[in-house]
Amino acid sequence: MATVTLENLKKSFGRTEVIHGVNIDIADGEFIVIVGPSGCGKSTLLRMVAGLETVTSGKVFIGGHLVNEREPMDRDIAMVFQNYALYPHMSVFDNMAYGLKIAGRSKAEIAERVAAAAHVLQIEPFLDRKPRELSGGQRQRVAMGRAIVRKPAVFLFDEPLSNLDAKLRVQMRLEIKQLQRELGVTSLYVTHDQVEAMTLADRMIVMNEGRADQIGAPLEVYANPQTVFVAGFIGSPPTNFLPALSVSRGSTEELLGIRPEHLRIVGPDKCELRARVVNAEALGAETLVHTRIHSGEYVTVRQEGSRPVPEEGEEVGLGWAKENEMLFFTNGARRY
Amino acid sequence: MEKRVRFKGYLLPICLVMPQIVITAVFFFYPAGQAIWQSLFIPDPFGFSAQFVGLGNFEFLLSDPFYRASFITTAIFSILVTAVSMGVALFLAVLADRLIKGSGTYRTLLIWPYAVAPAVAGVLWLFMFNTRVGVVTWYLGVLGYDWNHVLNPGEAMGLVVLASSWGRISYNFLFFLAGLQAIPRSVIEAAAIDGAHFWTRFRTIVFPLLSPTTFFLLVVNVVYAFFETFGVVHTITAGGPQQATTILVYKVYSDGFVGQDLGSSAAQSVILLIIVSVLTVIQFRYIERRVHY
Ligand SMILES: Nc1ncnc2c1ncn2[C@@H]1O[C@H](COP(=O)(O)OP(=O)(O)OP(=O)(O)O)[C@@H](O)[C@H]1O
Ligand SMILES: [Mg+2]
Repeated sequence: MATVTLENLKKSFGRTEVIHGVNIDIADGEFIVIVGPSGCGKSTLLRMVAGLETVTSGKVFIGGHLVNEREPMDRDIAMVFQNYALYPHMSVFDNMAYGLKIAGRSKAEIAERVAAAAHVLQIEPFLDRKPRELSGGQRQRVAMGRAIVRKPAVFLFDEPLSNLDAKLRVQMRLEIKQLQRELGVTSLYVTHDQVEAMTLADRMIVMNEGRADQIGAPLEVYANPQTVFVAGFIGSPPTNFLPALSVSRGSTEELLGIRPEHLRIVGPDKCELRARVVNAEALGAETLVHTRIHSGEYVTVRQEGSRPVPEEGEEVGLGWAKENEMLFFTNGARRY
Repeated sequence: MEKRVRFKGYLLPICLVMPQIVITAVFFFYPAGQAIWQSLFIPDPFGFSAQFVGLGNFEFLLSDPFYRASFITTAIFSILVTAVSMGVALFLAVLADRLIKGSGTYRTLLIWPYAVAPAVAGVLWLFMFNTRVGVVTWYLGVLGYDWNHVLNPGEAMGLVVLASSWGRISYNFLFFLAGLQAIPRSVIEAAAIDGAHFWTRFRTIVFPLLSPTTFFLLVVNVVYAFFETFGVVHTITAGGPQQATTILVYKVYSDGFVGQDLGSSAAQSVILLIIVSVLTVIQFRYIERRVHY
């Protein structure tokens, strides 16, 4: 159990800076999800905490200790890799026991701890198998098992579920969350999947090109995005952006963002904005109506499945409540 | 699934494999057949007639103390060459694997020795260790060591081992480096997080995962030490002193071409043929099964 603090953490590869200074105080037992598109530096950030990448500048504290110069093994962490990184020549048991053996634990203690972890993860039947004799989902569990037997102070996950099929992903997501709650171990979890981020996180770090654009609880980030990027990245389908002037708000090049779920289709007369329906996707519980406004932007409306589905090519009006408007400065920051 | 190309008729496939078959026939089957045939005869000193002796040549060989000594010499020689060339190559490969910058240059430089023909390599080493004018000999003299591989059997063996291993290091290095780079980074990183320091990681993760490569190289290097080191031995020691470096292949040459005992020489070739066949079978069996882990 430990707190983790990142202080103005930066990373450069050669002359290119890829992490531009990240600050966060992580409480003991907190589940932090680092989310962002591919290449934004999520893995790099996590690997600096693990000690697998050197820190270019800034500080990493684990449990109050500065660990910049410590080897990965001296940081009291465990990591689950995207490709699981199991030791291919060892049985599942040996994979899980490896760290304990190196730490010089007694045979009895190792057997007991591996058995306990195997029980929690329901991998007892596979203890004698080699990793190549397991399915992807089972390997994933072994990788988790290897992390939890060591009882580390911090768990690090780098896209642990991205190689699983959709159904298994949902199931493992729940299990990881439960496990983390039971064990109460501080966790950093990297994903590019915003649903994973929303469901797992106590707080999430939304990364954009090496910057932490916003750090906060999932619903708070959803309700109150601080930048254009966050507004566009969190939420599905993504936020619609219109030139602010087209609805007589703000000034040139400022953007107005409205989430699809906050838009309503109203009669073409008493509305803020007129649009033409391009296509409507009726998904049952909800309907996604894709429209196009005068200035050429596409705008998606998300409405209840029970509401009438508009015809293709139909002229409609779009309405929304004033409090759902998000206005962004040209530089991407939120104006209101 | 493996994809197979299917040809119509036989003519084209036969034409395609013909060159290889012809080369193998002319340079391998024909001489091998001749050797087997000749090993059953003792020709007269002038080469006009030959007397059939059945397995007599083999019986004589196997009871000949010089031949048995040559077996032991060969065993020592191949173990040393294999150990030195693989050990050094593995060490260099581990260093190169850790290197990110400049690994290309490093690799190219390390590959060069492989391009040097064994006999040429032998001459180069001979220059350096020449008992009168060799650079290394001179420095050893300064240090108070009197190097003379012409008289000292141990030093002679050391020198041919060194010269034979040298070119081999490149070859082994390439395979070891490829083997090391095929091990996923994350597996090594996981071990580092699990608490394993460099040496522990090497012993418990890297080396076991490298075992297919190691095994392959082991066989290939033994075959090399047995059969392809003739040039080195010939240029450096010519089998001496007192047969201290007369490995089996060299003995085939010295008994046959120098000693003109063609029957015995042929019988020795047949024995070598059997050894190399056994090694090849071992190699294929293991590689087919892909033991390892
Ligand atoms: N070893 C390296 N050398 C040079 N550049 C690197 C190195 N590792 C990562 N980068 C660069 O740093 C940036 C961030 O990479 P990183 O792997 O952290 O992205 P990521 O957010 O994890 O992406 P993904 O979701 O695709 O895994 C990328 O632009 C990448 O090209
Ligand atoms: Mg990544």
